[in-house]
Amino acid sequence: MMNSNLGQTTRHRVEASLKRRYAKERRFKAAGIAATFTGLAFLAIFFVNLVSQGTSAFQQTMISLEINFDRTALAPDGDVDPNADYEAVVRDSLRSLFPDVTDRRERRQLSSLLSVSASYDVKDMLAADPTLLGSTQTVWLSASANVDMVIKGNINRDVPQDLRTVSDLQLLWIDELLAAGRLEKKFNTALFTNGDSREPELAGIRGALMGTFYMLLVTIALAFPLGVAAAIYLEEFAPRNRWSDLIEVNINNLAAVPSIVFGLLGLAVFINWMSLPRSAPLVGGLVLSLLTLPVIIIASRAAIQAVPPSIKEAAFGLGASRMQVVFHHVLPLAMPGMLTGAIIGMARSLGETAPLLMIGMVAFIVDVPGSVTDPATALPVQIYLWADSPERAFAERTSAAIIVLLAFLLLMNLAAVLMRKRFEKRW
Amino acid sequence: MEPVTLLLVLIALACAAFYAGRSRALVAVGGRANSKNLHSLPGYYGFYSVIWCLLPAMALALLWLLAEPRVVIAMVVQGLPDNLRSLPSGDLNLLINNIENLAAGYFSTAGADQDVVAAAQILADYQVASRQLMSVSCISLSILGLLLSRSKITPIFRARNGVESVIQKLLILASSIAVLTTIGIVLSMVFEAMRFFHQVPITDFLFGLNWSPQTAIRPDQVGSSGSFGAVPLFAGTLLITVIAMTIAAPVGLMTAIYLAEYSSQSFRATAKPLLEILAGIPTVVYGFFAALTVAPAVRATGTALGFDVASESALAAGLVMGVMIIPLVSSLSDDAINAVPRAMRDGALGLGSTKSETIKQVILPAALPGIVGGLMLAVSRAIGETMIVVMAAGLSANLTANPFSAVTTVTVQIVTLLVGDQEFDSPKTLAAFALGLVLFVVTLGLNLIGLVIVRKYREQYE
Repeated sequence: MMNSNLGQTTRHRVEASLKRRYAKERRFKAAGIAATFTGLAFLAIFFVNLVSQGTSAFQQTMISLEINFDRTALAPDGDVDPNADYEAVVRDSLRSLFPDVTDRRERRQLSSLLSVSASYDVKDMLAADPTLLGSTQTVWLSASANVDMVIKGNINRDVPQDLRTVSDLQLLWIDELLAAGRLEKKFNTALFTNGDSREPELAGIRGALMGTFYMLLVTIALAFPLGVAAAIYLEEFAPRNRWSDLIEVNINNLAAVPSIVFGLLGLAVFINWMSLPRSAPLVGGLVLSLLTLPVIIIASRAAIQAVPPSIKEAAFGLGASRMQVVFHHVLPLAMPGMLTGAIIGMARSLGETAPLLMIGMVAFIVDVPGSVTDPATALPVQIYLWADSPERAFAERTSAAIIVLLAFLLLMNLAAVLMRKRFEKRW
Repeated sequence: MEPVTLLLVLIALACAAFYAGRSRALVAVGGRANSKNLHSLPGYYGFYSVIWCLLPAMALALLWLLAEPRVVIAMVVQGLPDNLRSLPSGDLNLLINNIENLAAGYFSTAGADQDVVAAAQILADYQVASRQLMSVSCISLSILGLLLSRSKITPIFRARNGVESVIQKLLILASSIAVLTTIGIVLSMVFEAMRFFHQVPITDFLFGLNWSPQTAIRPDQVGSSGSFGAVPLFAGTLLITVIAMTIAAPVGLMTAIYLAEYSSQSFRATAKPLLEILAGIPTVVYGFFAALTVAPAVRATGTALGFDVASESALAAGLVMGVMIIPLVSSLSDDAINAVPRAMRDGALGLGSTKSETIKQVILPAALPGIVGGLMLAVSRAIGETMIVVMAAGLSANLTANPFSAVTTVTVQIVTLLVGDQEFDSPKTLAAFALGLVLFVVTLGLNLIGLVIVRKYREQYE
């Protein structure tokens, strides 16, 4: 090839190679587009998948039953008896809809259409309003998770009976109830008012949300003042020496240390050495504040650097001490930037899971925590726990919990963006 | 008194101290009109009193709360009958746990041992007494500080300088937390890992090929010793990291190149924040996605193609982890590419090279150190990532390079070893700290190298 080209000018050689070079150029550009859209496509798949799986969990199937608040059964001595057999009341009401079902085993199957919470709901209803005694009311009671899954189309009716969690008979009853208008999907309040539960239809995220709330409270109360103080010292006071260099290197490194290592630190120091309670939001908050501290310090330093020196010099010129310059002028001007950094740091610690597993926040906890020392779990840990459950109904709830988590993250990031826009100053 | 109540009392005292200090200074010069005769602004005298009133008392309270559990337990153990006190340490710990639970009222006293019930009663009494003593001593210390500082206040007293030097010391303390954290991490890991290496030789741990940490309950059961060869874990971590980087490195780099050099401003302005959403999604969410959506899909595809795919394959975890790291790689590469001076780009284009030739032969070589540094940070991120692998990778420690089989990683094993209740002295628990130490050292090394390269490169063109 080279020999035959010898006689030609450079221009000819360049022109001859142009086609190949342009083809290469197009291929390279196409690769760039493909790469960009790979990321975007994953994002799209991810959200579509999540929303399609999760939104149904915000609704729960309810069964309407005529409940007879019988005086003799529920209030034998005139007052409402909290220990009466409410289960029987609910069961009888359901059986009266299907009078043909007499076999014991079939009756048990029929009762299992209702959630175990149904009798408690009836009990609470009566306790709240004793005037119901003696009347018959139409009450919407939550159905069991299996019925819920059938209604939402998550159980395949075509597979043989042995391979499903719902029997043919139950499917028949569900269809009858549906035809009679006694089955309806309603907004799932239990998801937001209940703590964790072994029964999918009773499991809610309130406990996890409160745990996360207390944890973030501890985190912000510790990490924000400490982070701002550290940033002020490093920017305004620290002499350029070995010690401040060491601090600087440390902060940059801590920002990149895997979060699980912070969990090990929390386990060794806070739980074993200081004997703070396991599973408590207090310890979770301490660990997360160490984790967030570098983020807040770095953001706060950037905010302090953005304050123009002329303002500081003017204050110095009027006789202010260094401390007065910092606390009267630099800090107020840098505060929006620092708060933005703090919100972003909080958003990061909101999604943190691994360190919380180390300090025992994975326990199965039904009660909603009431203080920072109560055993609790956090929203991301709840997601982890539910994701491990084999029931189909829990998978749906996991997606719903993830949607709630992402909504909080979105809100926090939105707040940070708005705050930056609102307070951003160009000097 | 509860700690919270004590805090409120101290804050109230501090408010009183502010007023007391300030008014003392004003009275000393004969009223507000003459406040210019004071060395500092009147408020500083108030703050000076607040510092003396609040800081020593709060420090005492903090130390007290930290020391209290140990001291009280030690005192209770002292009071136990001899036969209980001479129990082996494991049984003694169990007994102390029982006493604590009884004292806290978690269990009913019915059916418990008489001595234990008595000890629980003593423990509860001690706890109440300790809290009372703490409240009394903190409040008296606070009042003492208030009076002392107040007596020091004269018109020529340099209150501002005093307050400022205390504040400066507090600032130094706050900035030292970062160093303290690192020291805490290193010490806690090294200390527990040393205890582990006393029981399992360090060479067995680092070079052993068999990982099965399950220690049997009875010593005569099979496999009672457990075996702690961590090579399969390192190999598994490496395999998943390699899979993740094969996704993240090319996709992230090409994305950065396209967004920096080809795309329109408006496309860049939408695509970049969208991709950064990927970096903001919590890892537990990725884990859920990997375990419930990607892993079954990978398995179905693999089976259709005739491969034998494990349900918790390394491929699924690695794929999702790769996607998670894409924005990290692309934003660090983007920084490096944008730092290449305009003149180099223009020079290459002016000589007639196409855009892709400019990128491949001029920009990328110039940006290479920055890109490599960014990739090292990405690798360190992949090695330390926990939730995706915990949820999507397996637990079986297979020493294999087959991406379709299940492997386990260092972080998965740390979580498995430490979740659930077990004794803190068993090699099983301590092994987690040894693994954590390895993880910390490796990621620290990668981060340090990555940061140094990134920083050195940035300085080159500035």
